[in-house]
Amino acid sequence: MTTNSGVETMNVTLTVNGRRVVAPEGSTILEAARSAGIRIPTLCHHPDLSNVGSCRICVVSVDGTSGLQTACTAPVQAGMQIDTESEAARATRRFVLEMLLTDHPNECMICEVNGDCELQELVYEYEVPWPEPGGARHAFAVDPDPNPFIVIDRNKCILCTRCVRACAEIQNRDVWGIAHRGFESRLVAGADEFLLDARCESCGQCVAYCPVGALYDKMSLGRARVNKVTRVPTTCSYCGVGCSLDLNVRDGEVVRVTGIPEAPVNGMALCVKGRYGYDYVHHPDRLTAPLVRAALLSAEHLDARLANGEWQVTAVPDDRSPDEEITPDTFIATDWATALDVVAGRFADEKEAHGADAFAVFASAKCTNEENFLFGKFARQILGTNSIDHCARL
Amino acid sequence: MTNSIQDIAEDSRCIFVIGSNTTEQHPVIGIKIRRAQRHRGAPLIVADPRRIDLAEHADLFLRHRPGTDTALLNGLMNVIIREGWADQDFIDSRTEGFADLQEVVDRYPPEVASDITGVSAADIEAAARLLAENRPGALIYAMGITQHTSGVSNVMSCANLQMLLGNMGVPGGGVNPLRGQNNVQGACDMGGLPDVYSGYQKVADAAVREKFTAAWGAPMPDRAGLTVTEMLSAAEAGRVRCLYVIGENPMVSDPDLNHVRRSLEETEFLVVQDLFFTETCRFADVVFPAAAAAEKDGTFTNTERRIQRVRRAVEPPGEARSDAWIVTQLAERMIAMGAAAPDADAPYSSWDHASAAEVMGEVNALTPSYAGVTYPRLEAGAELQWPVPDAEHPGTPILHVGRFSRGLGRFAAADHMPPDELPDDEYPLMLTTGRVIYHWHGGGATRRARGLKAVYPEALVEIHPKDAAAAAIAADGLMRVTSRRGEIVAKALVTDRVVPGLVFATFHFPESAANFLTNPALDPQAKIPEFKVCAVRVEPVPEGESA
Ligand code: SF4
Ligand code: SF4
Ligand code: SF4
Ligand code: FES
Repeated sequence: MTTNSGVETMNVTLTVNGRRVVAPEGSTILEAARSAGIRIPTLCHHPDLSNVGSCRICVVSVDGTSGLQTACTAPVQAGMQIDTESEAARATRRFVLEMLLTDHPNECMICEVNGDCELQELVYEYEVPWPEPGGARHAFAVDPDPNPFIVIDRNKCILCTRCVRACAEIQNRDVWGIAHRGFESRLVAGADEFLLDARCESCGQCVAYCPVGALYDKMSLGRARVNKVTRVPTTCSYCGVGCSLDLNVRDGEVVRVTGIPEAPVNGMALCVKGRYGYDYVHHPDRLTAPLVRAALLSAEHLDARLANGEWQVTAVPDDRSPDEEITPDTFIATDWATALDVVAGRFADEKEAHGADAFAVFASAKCTNEENFLFGKFARQILGTNSIDHCARL
Repeated sequence: MTNSIQDIAEDSRCIFVIGSNTTEQHPVIGIKIRRAQRHRGAPLIVADPRRIDLAEHADLFLRHRPGTDTALLNGLMNVIIREGWADQDFIDSRTEGFADLQEVVDRYPPEVASDITGVSAADIEAAARLLAENRPGALIYAMGITQHTSGVSNVMSCANLQMLLGNMGVPGGGVNPLRGQNNVQGACDMGGLPDVYSGYQKVADAAVREKFTAAWGAPMPDRAGLTVTEMLSAAEAGRVRCLYVIGENPMVSDPDLNHVRRSLEETEFLVVQDLFFTETCRFADVVFPAAAAAEKDGTFTNTERRIQRVRRAVEPPGEARSDAWIVTQLAERMIAMGAAAPDADAPYSSWDHASAAEVMGEVNALTPSYAGVTYPRLEAGAELQWPVPDAEHPGTPILHVGRFSRGLGRFAAADHMPPDELPDDEYPLMLTTGRVIYHWHGGGATRRARGLKAVYPEALVEIHPKDAAAAAIAADGLMRVTSRRGEIVAKALVTDRVVPGLVFATFHFPESAANFLTNPALDPQAKIPEFKVCAVRVEPVPEGESA
């Protein structure tokens, strides 16, 4: 095999669960097993992040060595005989999970990430009983940080440090760290500050990589459980980087944005606008009807349709008082046919009287390719002008 | 971009960012640059008048004066040629015009470049060495390069530098302008420009016009049209009578807003199509309610020429409709009224597309660089960067491999040209403009996103502590910024991100939009206004007095 840098790497052959597996030298047991389609459970590991080997969920038995090895950090060696499901490995995993539960709130029923939690999945798979009460439990304040995008619940934190690594390695911002040791260990931002004071950019990368519900998207609280949403893959509507993302839709409303691991441009990464700037779509300021100045409507229609409620007097611009008299300048919310006829009719008249040079069209860097193509066709085929431009330069 | 985000992130041995506040404007590219510097050890050189976030991560930060980019780039090239670091093989086999370049660049030894730019000669030497010793290197720029009266010279100088270093046509190299808005690349590609049809097919080319006449069944106008800035002036003068503004807000985003206002007031018939009742809508005769991106199907083309799907996830509110639907309704009505009469036998005369995919079919047929960009391929997961000349073509992640599209790459040497308007006694400070991470463009969307508004609720103008003290402007106090064209009032952010003599403002907040101040002087070729430099004065606004 040849890597990007053109250096030849050697392959080694090993046996996993009785199957022959070939893997490049230097890969981990986890990578080798996954490439052969053999699953090894993990918690602190994430393929996008460096490995710390701290949780011990991924332990496997290696013949010829005494103890278990963490598959996410142990490199493959030629001739290794690995059993990923040995009794010792499974017992260790069960023990690790039990320990995590002794200091974890029993709140799955009301947890945001119920059904989308790596801890819950493993506890279910390994049939770990809820531990008897006893021993010290943390009682951190929930949502102690005023950041408008990220909610923290340290009671659920399993100290896997995935958020720490996501911030340091993907966002390259180093906001998160683990302070203190042992039972006192806890996740802190900066020098135990609020996120924004610790120079957090509110990208939400840490939330995206948290395997449990310790970090979550604040705008989605109570609204976006995984079994209640439909995920629609699309492209971010803000900047030209073109990140892919999933709009999480519930009852006709976008309630959360999540990343797409295989996104070609951005992987799971997004910025604060792409991840948390979606709610403008449902803002009450959205225009919901065509608006036509009263002067452009026939007086007779105006009176009748205002009276029967088909049309409405609008409250825009916002400095207009609602009880003002209707003037020729007042915007009337009309039906589409009326508004389109007003514009098409006027365009037709102007074209006849003044020719194509009387028109200019601002196309839009926010609209789709297909729409911009149609704007160009409209300017050139229908209006007859090349005066079409957009704010590419602005 | 000549290259792709991925190859720059993974293969560049050096990254040179000039005139791009990448971590705020193109955040996900910004984090990849930070990562390349930090985890891969690729040296990062940042040239910017402001100490932007990336400057903190830079191995070398060149803080040049606004409007001196060409002088800085010429200074770097002077050192590279002098030291014999130029890639002579590349120059000989792939380029022309090197002698002209050498002649111009000879005039910019580091001391001269230093005088013009304010960057020390030693830093210019050091940057040239870093660039020369770490190839291939990627050059990344944005509006800090283009939004000047010397924008074209700046762009050419970026290309000159990269050709001189042999950094073209290879992974990890290239000249990489970052396009601002989500689909500004696509709007250009689709012919939303006065001199070209889709795929940059020239209006001036009779054969191209003939092709579109035959396809659309209507005679094609042969004169290039007006640019945005020219449209507004023509509207003010009454030559343009009808302005149809789709999804844009010139009353915030264009230079010299007081002039824009007069133009819009003078426009006979103004139709605006948008999500919200924008500042521009105030001047409209008719306003059409448009659908948001989350409410429609289609494609966007990103800054690396990658075409990606946009999918309808929710319904538009009330009677709002997609821009495609609205413009189609207008076209069909005008045809029905006889105001346009395209030949029904022409293959693409009609407006009966049933879906965005069908419109793309027409794009495929009429646009060579998009010929192979089909919905079935996109849906099957094909990663397509144009040019994609046919349905089997895999796309083009890197341009100019082995050969420039024009054959030989031409060195187009340029001299430093000072900005159109520089500080003087009356307006002693320089204003430069830009954006912040929490807001986007005219702010229409981001000011209506709860969290973004909460984190960054109002316009801030950056001013250096010395200038603030001299003008008696308090930190967080209100200040008035005045130029020859207008004034704004905004809160002062007293910071050494800017140097003494420089203030920085954004256009995200309509009432304090920097564009009341900016200079509409254009680059003569690209017609880009000089947003990045104008002269202003500042004064405190007493408590209680409002804008
Ligand atoms: S939101 Fe982003 S910057 Fe803030 S702590 Fe999380 S990963 Fe770091
Ligand atoms: S917050 Fe989440 S990602 Fe971070 S250490 Fe705790 S459990 Fe792991
Ligand atoms: S998520 Fe951020 S970086 Fe990505 S396209 Fe959207 S605005 Fe740009
Ligand atoms: S996943 Fe391997 S130690 Fe945590």
